[in-house]
Parts: sequence; structure tokens; C-alpha cells
Amino acid sequence: MPDPVIVAQDLRKTYAGFAAVDGISFAVERGESFGLLGPNGAGKSTTMRMVGAVSTRTGGSLSVLGLDPDRHGPEIRSQLGVVPQSDNLDTELRVRENLLVYGRYFGLPRAQVARRADELLAFAQLEDKAKAKVDALSGGMKRRLTIARALINDPSILLLDEPTTGLDPQARHILWDRLFRLKEQGTTLLLTTHYMDEAEQLCDRIVVVDKGAIMAEGSPAELIRRYSSKEVLEVRFGSSRNSEVAERLQGIGDRVEVLPDRILIYTGNGEAELVRLTDAGLHPITSLVRRSSLEDVFLRLTGRTLIE
Amino acid sequence: MSVGTQTNPHLAPTRPLGALYAGNARSVMLRGWRATASTNWLVMLSGFFEPIFYLLSMGLGLGALVGTITTEAGQEIPYAAYIAPALLAVAAMNGAIYDSTWNVFFKMQFAKLYEGMLSTSLGPLDVALGEISLALLRGALYATGFMFVMQVLGLNLSWWALLALPAVLLIAFGFASVGMAVTSYMKTFQQMDWINFVLLPMFLFSATFYPLSVYPPGLQLVIQALPLWHGVELVRGLTTGLVDAGMLWHVLYYLVMIALGLVFTTRRLRALFLD
Repeated sequence: MPDPVIVAQDLRKTYAGFAAVDGISFAVERGESFGLLGPNGAGKSTTMRMVGAVSTRTGGSLSVLGLDPDRHGPEIRSQLGVVPQSDNLDTELRVRENLLVYGRYFGLPRAQVARRADELLAFAQLEDKAKAKVDALSGGMKRRLTIARALINDPSILLLDEPTTGLDPQARHILWDRLFRLKEQGTTLLLTTHYMDEAEQLCDRIVVVDKGAIMAEGSPAELIRRYSSKEVLEVRFGSSRNSEVAERLQGIGDRVEVLPDRILIYTGNGEAELVRLTDAGLHPITSLVRRSSLEDVFLRLTGRTLIE
Repeated sequence: MSVGTQTNPHLAPTRPLGALYAGNARSVMLRGWRATASTNWLVMLSGFFEPIFYLLSMGLGLGALVGTITTEAGQEIPYAAYIAPALLAVAAMNGAIYDSTWNVFFKMQFAKLYEGMLSTSLGPLDVALGEISLALLRGALYATGFMFVMQVLGLNLSWWALLALPAVLLIAFGFASVGMAVTSYMKTFQQMDWINFVLLPMFLFSATFYPLSVYPPGLQLVIQALPLWHGVELVRGLTTGLVDAGMLWHVLYYLVMIALGLVFTTRRLRALFLD
């Protein structure tokens, strides 16, 4: 039975005449992991701020945990965990103190916060760093501490704004693992990201947002199936030959896109297409088979260049 | 607790200040206390010694040349006893201002501390009250230390001086409240320097080192409009024992300062972080 914890209907936010969020509707079910994808300035963070009850809406309706964020900010925020885009850890406090102090902001009893802080340090794999200064932590550790901090009040919903932007691959994978565990435990996740691989790792459902509006909605697999292919074969024949070669690529892949520097062949199986290419006597200077990414889906949805 | 099925978006807020105040300013103070204890306590000490140095150099050094000074009520008192209460008010002001301006500026512009606080169940009034109370506490600490030095030097001339302690609390509260309100509107370091630009002349000219009567009448009115003059007069009245009902105006002045500061700080924090 559907049990939506966040319902947005025609949600709008206008700043001095500019529509940052321009009529977005979506619903997030309890326990679901829901992603907002889009480029910078698409309105993701603004949407997150409205859901997080730190920004009032200009129009439409919004319900978070059954309450109106414009009227019940503190009540809603007491049940949310927020991981902002840029870390705002308290650098004047040590690692464990960050958790203790943050827990007290929610008015939770000291003993309960202390117990929870120790659990969360373990969860975030930061037990050795309990007494370290925040500035001495690596980017990945800071992120994990921020997530631990967001969990101190045992939130019903965790809001993550670009949780892994700027992290190295190891740190991202550790973070994904932690977030996946939360998901398994039934925490509702609402996250924004640039990265399709991140969305695929974590999200049950995604909306693609651009210029304040929703472009597409579905599971990661659905979106890729609908708007791109499973894989992309990128070949380069040299800038001068790309368009000449392109004419000979009829019938190869599901779709071919010619860019000035390379040709993209959308296909279910990149390696097989590459074999077909070479069998046809075409020998690219370089070739690369990769999975479809947000870029592919997104550029497909919004059109590539020249329609600015 | 299941709130997912609760769907009444038009429910009235449960508290009158519901969205502004969660009644948990204490947690903000507690945070500041921990942060100060672990990082800033040396800076804190320096602010304590500043007025004491003034007292020693001007009060005792210069005071040896000046001798006694005649107050407006016609009372002859040693120069050091004349300026000590003024410096006490200044100590309260400095302590309050340090925490409520530069510290607040840094937290707002660089540390994004309030952004973090306001994404919890805290409201802007909690943050304002918590930070201002901490600044007030620092002002009170400075002032208490200074009072002790005054007592040792024999500069408290009356038992009324005991009331100087709550008086400096009031002064610290006033400056902390207005200091944070002003800071919340500041965007650059240059603008922050204006605060010092205002504070220094106010410190020097608010009847701190000589009576107001040396000024021409027009200028006297300007000085009397400034907050520090009210603080100086209030504290001086108490430590020298020249108490009259007119001092209640000084108290009222600070009460208004506190109220205005709190209103503007809360409003501004709300506009900045809960747009």
C-alpha cells in the first residue's frame, strides 16, 4: 500500500522573478530511495531546501511526513537528516563533539546522544578519529561524519545533496556502501546527484530535472532503456574524418551521434559493435566502450549543442 | 511514531513562536562553550586584560597627575575611581562585542555554522539567544574579573557597587544583541571594520575619562545618544554610590537595545537561512 512521506504538487520557487523550481510534482514512498538528477542550476538544491523545511515555497503544495513545511518547519526538521552539498561540520569542535553538539540541537537527552554518537562513529568507520580535529579528516571522512551527524536524531528521511561530489573513487564506494546499508534498514533517502552510476547504485526511482522542471521519471534502468542504450561505443577517427566515416555507419548500433571530435554509437553491446566496425574495415584511432551515463540520458533529453 | 498518515497541512502551529523558537537556546550556548574551551581561550584572555591595562596606565599613572575629579553631583573622587567604572562598562562591551561580531561573522560567512543549526529543529531565535547569551557570559566574566581588580585597588566606593554586576550584565546583553544584529547584515571584512571605527571613538569620548560637561551642549546630546555613555553613567553611579532614579533611563535604554537586537537578528537569520 502506498505510504508517501513526501508529496510535491506543482511545487514552485521564484527568486526575484527567476523560477528556480517551476512546477515540480513527485511523491516519495516510505523506505524508498529517490533521486533528483540534473545539472547545476536545475533546481535540485532548491527543491531539497523546500523539502528540508529551510525554504518556503512560492507556489504549489508540499507535504513532508504529512506536515506542511511552511507551517511546521521545526517539527519536520526534527525528523529529517540533512547532508548538505558542501560540508558544514563544526571545525571548532572535534569529531565526536560534532555529533554530541548536533544531537543537542534536536533537544535530545545527553545520555541518548552519547550512546548514539558512539554507534554512528562505528557506522561511519570513524572510531579511531573520535578525538581528531575535523580539519584533519580526509574529504571522504568528512562526508561520512556529515552523514553520521545527519543520523543522530534517527531521522525518518535522509536528504543528501550531491553526497559524493568531489570524492575519490575509494571514498565514493565506501560512502555508497554506508548509504546502501541505511536503505536496507528502511531509511527513506532523497538525494540529488550529477552521476548516473551513483543513482544506479542507490536509487529505486529518479526524476531528471532541468531548468526547474521534470524531464523524465523512472527507475535508472527504465531511463537508460528509454532514453539511451545500455552501453556507448566512442570511436575517434580524427577530426577531419569523423563525418566522412559517419556515413558508413548505417545500421551500426541503435543510434549514432557525430560530434566534432568523436562518434558515439549507442548500443546494447559495445564490444560487439566494435567488432562489427573493424569487420567493416573501419579502424578507429581510439575506441572506448562505456556504460551509458547521466550525460547520455540527459543530453538526449535536452538536446546536445547549439540549442542554447 | 507514525506521522506518515497525519495529513492536516492547515493545522495551526503548536507554539506562538513555533517556527522561530524551539526553546533550546541552551544547546547553542553549550556549543559555543565547548568551542571556546577547546580553541579560543587565549584570545579570550587578551580581551580581559585590555581594560585592566587602561586602568593601570590612565587611572593610576595619569591619575597621579590629575588628582581628584569633581562629579556632576559635586562629589570629589580620585581619578582612578572615576574612570574605573567606565572601564568596567567598556570591559562588558568588549567581551560582548568580540563574541557577537567577529565570531558571528566568521560563523555566518565561512563556517556555515548557522546553516547547520537551522537544518535541525532549532529556530532562528534559539540561535540568536544562544549566541547572544554566550557573548553576554563573556562580557560578564570580563566584568567580574575587572570588578575584583577594582575592589583590590579600593576603587569601589559604595555598597551599591554590588549592583554594578547585574548592570554590566545588562550592558553586555545590550551590546551583544545589537552587535549580532548589525553583524548579520555584514557581508565583507571592510564592513566589519566599520564596527571598530564606531567603537573606538565611542570608547574614548563617552565620558569615559572626563565628565560630559567639558563638551559644548550640542555635542553633549550626541554623546548622550550613544549606548556606552548610558552604560558608563549607570555603572559609575553604582560604584561611586551616587544613585538616583534617573538611572532607570539608562536601564530602559539597554532594554530597548536588547529587544531591537533580538528582533532584527531573528528576522535576519530567518531571511538568510530560512527563506
